[in-house]
Amino acid sequence: MDSLIPLIPFLPLIGFVINGLFGKNLPKSVVGIIGSGTLLVSFLLSIWCFNEVGTSGAIHVRLYNFFTVDGLQVDFGFLIDHLSVWMMLIVTGIGFLIHVYSIGYMHDDDGFWKFFAYLNLFIFSMLLLVMGDNFLMLFFGWEGVGLCSYLLIGFWYTNKEYGKAARKAFIMNRIGDLGLLLGMFMIFKTFGSLNYEDIFSRMASIRMEMGVITTICILLFIGAMGKSAQLPLYTWLPDAMAGPTPVSALIHAATMVTAGIYLVARCNPLYSLSPDAMHFVASIGLITCIFAAVIGLRQNDIKKILAYSTVSQLGLMFVALGMGAYASAMFHVTTHAFFKALLFLGAGSVIHGMGGEQDIRKMGGLRKAMPITFWVFLIGTFAISGFPLLSGFFSKDEILAFTYAHGGMVWWVLAGLSAMLTAVYMSRLLYLTFFGAFRGTTEQEHHLHESPATMTVPLAILAGLSLAGGFLNTPHFMHLGNSQWMAHWFSWVIPMQEVHLGESTEWMLMIVTTSMAVAVLIISYFIYTKKSSVPVPDAEQKGLTRVIAHKFYVDEIYDFLFVRPLERLSRLFHYYVDMQGIDGLVNGVGSGVQKLGAGFRKLQNGNIEYYLIGMVAGVILLLLTLFI
Amino acid sequence: MLEIIRQIPIDYYVWLSTALFCIGVFGVLIRRNAIVVLMCVELMLNAVNLLLAAFSTYLSDAQGQIMVFFIMVVAAAEAAVGLGILVMIYRNTKSTDISLLDKLRN
Repeated sequence: MDSLIPLIPFLPLIGFVINGLFGKNLPKSVVGIIGSGTLLVSFLLSIWCFNEVGTSGAIHVRLYNFFTVDGLQVDFGFLIDHLSVWMMLIVTGIGFLIHVYSIGYMHDDDGFWKFFAYLNLFIFSMLLLVMGDNFLMLFFGWEGVGLCSYLLIGFWYTNKEYGKAARKAFIMNRIGDLGLLLGMFMIFKTFGSLNYEDIFSRMASIRMEMGVITTICILLFIGAMGKSAQLPLYTWLPDAMAGPTPVSALIHAATMVTAGIYLVARCNPLYSLSPDAMHFVASIGLITCIFAAVIGLRQNDIKKILAYSTVSQLGLMFVALGMGAYASAMFHVTTHAFFKALLFLGAGSVIHGMGGEQDIRKMGGLRKAMPITFWVFLIGTFAISGFPLLSGFFSKDEILAFTYAHGGMVWWVLAGLSAMLTAVYMSRLLYLTFFGAFRGTTEQEHHLHESPATMTVPLAILAGLSLAGGFLNTPHFMHLGNSQWMAHWFSWVIPMQEVHLGESTEWMLMIVTTSMAVAVLIISYFIYTKKSSVPVPDAEQKGLTRVIAHKFYVDEIYDFLFVRPLERLSRLFHYYVDMQGIDGLVNGVGSGVQKLGAGFRKLQNGNIEYYLIGMVAGVILLLLTLFI
Repeated sequence: MLEIIRQIPIDYYVWLSTALFCIGVFGVLIRRNAIVVLMCVELMLNAVNLLLAAFSTYLSDAQGQIMVFFIMVVAAAEAAVGLGILVMIYRNTKSTDISLLDKLRN
């Protein structure tokens, strides 16, 4: 049965090849079935793997020797352990739902077949990333998802802005990739291998300097910063909303951006050795978490709000990683995948119903026209805000408890603040979109309709997962049964972390944060359902609102600091080195030879007298040289 | 006879032939009429003949004069061929100007 494991990533690849090569001539239903069907099989195989890993431990499949160069042996192999099988379930499971959703959402698009081909290629890359048994395989998948992200963000490539967003994502990721690559080089130099098992088993026997470990960890984290959109490399993610909404849900919320979390969780033995690196990870995470949440407060594009929310939640996951709570971070990855995919797909359904409108100022009162979308969106919002017993409540609370235990009061307050901000911007989004009166044009109001079943069924499934997902890992002090199941599951890969605070303190923390979230949800209902609280048009924004709505001008600052100086430098090089130097040299050789030829050509004028003069002059010259 | 000839120094013959040869060369270079050019070529050949004959007499060696005969034969043949070509050129172009004959240019 182990021989079936390579099928998990390669089935989507086959789907990609079929759809990519022949999709143009296939009917849309066939394209959709191939795209989603391959993934469904992968998902079922992943469930089987999950079962297998649960009963008999990690499976190691080595397909063939990738290459061997001077002591570096890299195998094309898969390591299916408790961590990777979990990621596989998320990637294929959520991926499958989003594929099904896309059949409905992209139905009228000319690039339907192309879209499914790209999605399948993305799933293939992501599976390689999580299943690979060494860093090179991870890097392979890492670059693959980067590529697919580029292709899908720029999917509507006729719009120049979208193309720019795609390039921005690609380049920002490339900065992070450099860190990852350098980290891999250092790992190879230190451990002599890129294989996870080799590295982690050699760690005990090799004497390492503290500085080396810290440097490796920070370099790897720089890679994670790029992929998981952390400060200062986060700006690509909000722009990535240029892609079709299922892409935003699949790549920029549920799966690809969690690659950074996976990387750090995978390298947890390394990180655990370096408190400095952990501190760095947690700090970046916390800053990103608050920063993105604040920006999210004043955005008016439904997808942009969700994008900043994603950045913020990823920051929270990095806080958890930095606190050593790797399993909690993975738990939050899971619940976040559920409710963020739900929210994005719900937003997609809203945009679909509104005929492409994304500005929440022009929505309102949609709950009557789109009841299913409204209810699932409500569940998603409450889940992400940390409403009691929904999935986000458990995962966020666990991270906050760890933050209190390992970071202290200040960290807890800051992380709790960002969690509260989450509730603020999410409830603002919910109430402005679905409550109050409709603010769009009458044409849009007439067009409003509930989405087809291919879209609402995945939404309903995701809503169910968002409702119940938290029970995968309930806190031990609540005695709900299934206590800390996920932490136990990961304990094969990630050493079990316990919070030792005492039950009363933990109850206390939970009650404080939860009551804040619930209070925010209730208060903002009264604020944002009033007509006067609809955000003003862009031109009338003033003061701090304006600064936040413009995302603290970070893009402009980057533009000023990096883009424009580089552009100027490039222009200088283009003009002086390329055009004048190199082109001048090349053209100079050409035109020089041409001019010389033109000069000599005059000699060949066909006039015999000239030839004779030349001959005589030559003879005279010869005589002169002979006799003088 | 030999005495009489030897009263004239060999230098004079050399100068005379040089002058004749140079006149021939300049004629070939400057004149455009093909007949004149052929005449100038003849002049150059005869300048050489003169020199050969003079030296052969001075050195009492007949070989030089034999060479002169050869040259005269060749010159006669050359003149015949050259004039033949010239007639053909004149028939085709109604001109004997050699500067018109530049079809090989470019």
